[in-house]
Amino acid sequence: MATTGAAAVPSGTVTPRWRRRLRPYLLATPAVLLCVGILYPFFVGVAYTVYNFSDANREPSFVGLANFTDILGSDTLWHSARVTVAFAVAATTVETVLGVGVALLLQRSTLLGRLLERLLIVPLMVAPIIAAIMWKLILLPEVGWVRPILAAVGVHGYRGTDGAGAAFFWSVVVDAWLYTPFVAILALAGLRSLPNSPFEAAAVDGANWWLTFRRLTLPMLWPYVLVAVIFRFMDCLKVFDIIYGLTAGGPGDATTTLQINAYLEAITYARYSRGMTFMLILWVVVYAISFVLVRYLGRVQNRAAGISAGPTAGTPDAAPGAPAGAPAGAVAGSGAG
Amino acid sequence: MTMDRPGKAGGILADAALLLYFAFSLAPVVFIVALSLKSNADQTSTYLRFAPTLANYRTVLGLGAGDSPYLRFFVASLVCSVGAVLVSLVIGIPAAYAAARYRFRGSESLLFTLLSFRFAPELVVIIPLGVLYQQLGLYDSYVGMIWVLQLVTMPLVVWILRSFFTDLPPELEQAALLDGYSRRQAFVRIVLPLVRPGVAAVCLLAFIFAWNNFIFPFTLTSSHAQTVTVSSLAFLGGNQVRFNLVAAGAVMAVLPPLVLALFIQRYLVRGLSFGAVKS
Repeated sequence: MATTGAAAVPSGTVTPRWRRRLRPYLLATPAVLLCVGILYPFFVGVAYTVYNFSDANREPSFVGLANFTDILGSDTLWHSARVTVAFAVAATTVETVLGVGVALLLQRSTLLGRLLERLLIVPLMVAPIIAAIMWKLILLPEVGWVRPILAAVGVHGYRGTDGAGAAFFWSVVVDAWLYTPFVAILALAGLRSLPNSPFEAAAVDGANWWLTFRRLTLPMLWPYVLVAVIFRFMDCLKVFDIIYGLTAGGPGDATTTLQINAYLEAITYARYSRGMTFMLILWVVVYAISFVLVRYLGRVQNRAAGISAGPTAGTPDAAPGAPAGAPAGAVAGSGAG
Repeated sequence: MTMDRPGKAGGILADAALLLYFAFSLAPVVFIVALSLKSNADQTSTYLRFAPTLANYRTVLGLGAGDSPYLRFFVASLVCSVGAVLVSLVIGIPAAYAAARYRFRGSESLLFTLLSFRFAPELVVIIPLGVLYQQLGLYDSYVGMIWVLQLVTMPLVVWILRSFFTDLPPELEQAALLDGYSRRQAFVRIVLPLVRPGVAAVCLLAFIFAWNNFIFPFTLTSSHAQTVTVSSLAFLGGNQVRFNLVAAGAVMAVLPPLVLALFIQRYLVRGLSFGAVKS
């Protein structure tokens, strides 16, 4: 990271030292105030969790950790946690495999590939809730295309998103439809910035396509793909729009994820304390997972910086205990933009 | 880089696989556009053989008989998204520049706090904010929406612009200072023009994400500040569902972000990865 201490810059006009030292703080003050303005309601919400505050109970009393023991001991939480994790793992896996596959196919730069590449990001620009609406219509047995397509390939008895399994399956499909392009464009950027020489050497050595992919392409591409995987996995843990629009958490509670659950508690039934307790549990989990993933990303990128030819511009590693959730360093492409 | 080329058969297989993926990727778009052009009689019948009509768009926009609230939702989306982007720019540009050019106490914490907003589950803020908004009279208001949309736009603006600023050699400003420019002049006349394409791309990307947001207007507005994403879903919930109208509304809600995306293709990789990947 190219940082210069203010003192290292010879100044044309003579400004007193204390004003130079103060400058970055002045520049950052509005952003800090905004953070405080967002964090204030968050802490207010954390305070809700030790009360029994709801629309029906506007004069709440202190209940200690009762909300947590209640919710941690309920099937509701564990069911929605299982649904959330299953959704996140399934969607992220499908998107990663498909996205990397599409990137490899587009990288060949055939005429067809160049034409289609322009259309790659179309689904990505559709609002998730609109994507859910579109797919809801496509999946309707009496309106959409899914039933006739399935009938054409000999699958009958299709009933839309009626069953629990079908509802989950199609939620993953919609998420994959929307976000596979996200993984694909990051992977494609990575592929196009990989150095040539290792591949030429592999070709000279007579390595076949699969060996080249396994031993060269994938390891070198991993820092790029990992950024996409982390973004997707973290987003899937808080999925709301796609599930709400497609199944509203149903049938029954088959697709009720943690955020859908908290929504029902806090907004539909106006039980603020219980909803907030749900969310705090989810938030802690998200935070912990992001911390682990980002540490791993930092290690991967540092290793990549060791073997790649390109210079790596990175932010200094977060101090231990600093809030995490960021790509620790920037993966520097070799500038083919 | 080059891969050793598979044979001709491999090439045909690869093209077929590509076509298969893009069929899956684009069919829903074709379907929804077709459905939006169908008359009431056609909407549940034959699939692609029909006489297209613009009647649904006229109905949604209230151009025919009857009155449509859709334009009001459109305006609300526009005001909230543009407002959110402007506030993020005014607050975010100085912060991004400070984070790129200085090391100062708390700069890391500020950056990571902003990034944690991007990964935080929205309801963690919405639940208390909903209660506070009711008390403050900000519920269902533009101001309330613009404030909460900072969660979406602000991390994007600061992180991406910081990556653009760090790409510029600091010698540029040093040279300007030696020439007698003040710090402010150096920034406005030298630095800002160089990152202008980046700023424009960040603006459009932040606008797209604000426009596409659903959970904030869904939970914190009821009518006055309700946006197109919320009304699109409300169309589906009517007692007498007109699928072709729902489709027309959906197409119109998707058009602005889709058109804007055409202008930022170059910066999309960097933008979507918060500056972590540069192409």
